[in-house]
Amino acid sequence: MLSQAAIPLLLSLKVASWATALALVAGVGFGYLLARVRFAGREVLDAALTLPMVMPPTVLGYYLLVLLGRRGALGHWLQENFGVSLIFTWQGAVIAAAAVAFPLVYKAARAAFEDIDANLEKAGRSLGFSEFKVFMRITLPLAWHGILAGAMLAFARAMGEFGATLMVAGSLPGRTQTLSIAIYEAVQAGDDGLANGLVLVASVICILVLVVSGRVLQSGYRRAVRY
Amino acid sequence: MAEVRATLLRGVCSGMAALLIGFNLGAAHGAELVVSAAASLTNAFRDIGRGFEAANPGSTIVFNFAASDVLLAQIAKGAPADVFASADQEAMDKAVVQGVIAQGTRRDFVRNKLVLIAPADSSLALTALSSLSADAVKRIAMGNPASVPVGRYTREALDKAGLWTRLEPKYVYAQSVRQALDYVARGEVEAGFVYATDAAIMKDKVKVAGEIATTTPILYPIAVVKDSTRQALAQSFLQYLATAASQATLARYGFGKP
Repeated sequence: MLSQAAIPLLLSLKVASWATALALVAGVGFGYLLARVRFAGREVLDAALTLPMVMPPTVLGYYLLVLLGRRGALGHWLQENFGVSLIFTWQGAVIAAAAVAFPLVYKAARAAFEDIDANLEKAGRSLGFSEFKVFMRITLPLAWHGILAGAMLAFARAMGEFGATLMVAGSLPGRTQTLSIAIYEAVQAGDDGLANGLVLVASVICILVLVVSGRVLQSGYRRAVRY
Repeated sequence: MAEVRATLLRGVCSGMAALLIGFNLGAAHGAELVVSAAASLTNAFRDIGRGFEAANPGSTIVFNFAASDVLLAQIAKGAPADVFASADQEAMDKAVVQGVIAQGTRRDFVRNKLVLIAPADSSLALTALSSLSADAVKRIAMGNPASVPVGRYTREALDKAGLWTRLEPKYVYAQSVRQALDYVARGEVEAGFVYATDAAIMKDKVKVAGEIATTTPILYPIAVVKDSTRQALAQSFLQYLATAASQATLARYGFGKP
């Protein structure tokens, strides 16, 4: 029972951590780009980037399966050139989870960048900071709180990812069977004992994420008030 | 502006009210028979369902297709199914033990065969079960033995051939036989185990490498659910399966007689 819960739990944590890291890098990049650079089709791109959040996970899963599958455009290329196949692997699960979690970071990051007083960045430039230094020393620290809040939501969303993951990574015990999928399988097989144990674990994790993110946000709020 | 908003609000409210009314009507509508059937029966049962509706004016069949154990889990938790058709005796035995089947209604109605399939464009020579040990076969799709009958038949066959444990790292468990079929058709796996009737509906995408003998005969049982509120209609569906028209449909899809 313990190992039956521990293996999917550890896998879920691994997948969600990687997915959050990917979503964080891409979300901050795109968030900054769309907050600062004006170009034609900006709002269309914004809609496209937000799409994974509102699209049914099965639709996203299908897109990923068609794209990354051995016969898909990208999947075929990866297979031919690197001998890599993402379908039915935990890395595939990471991509599925990162895709659904990305908009949460991106939206938060864009809003956080847009909220920053441009005068602070100008002050940095006037003191001779390079653009990179302005970003690292002024912009990012100021936006960090909003981004962190987005990242926590993204982590929670990635932990709970089910639909797209099941389609892309399948349900391979010990390899791609994450906590949500293990619960689904236990219910499918009528194994109520295991299902009860697993949903308890999942519920505790969700509460933990909420409590921790609440603490982080609150301390950030206090700091903001002090300023 | 305020007027526009009021009109909009009224529109939204009446729209929602209409939806709610529609919802209610749907629940109370006519004689609706819910048939929970094994995924492998999907195409044949849809055809038979149309015939049944034509033969029983005023009645509607709602099909719920999934792996047999999944259907059983739903019924055991009180899902309003009227008829249960399973792809193996084990799922139906469990249903009987759990007391969800109406006594004396169970009977076997079709036979099927287990086949080993490969993507249509596969260059692998899969001649026997032992050829699955080859390195070129990286993944093998099959139903999850814990909840999908075709997975149990497959496990039994591989167990008997002494290959189950050796091949285990290659298994990709599917949620139903149709998912295993889809994995093979998409070329995501090199081989898969499905029923002959499933392979037949995707002839253009998968090829049958061979029929696999099973110790347990692949015999599908069907029964009326004990808590069904439409016992008579459920019984007439079971009887309709025995008609010449239904038998012809089942045969057309490749199902054998019990």
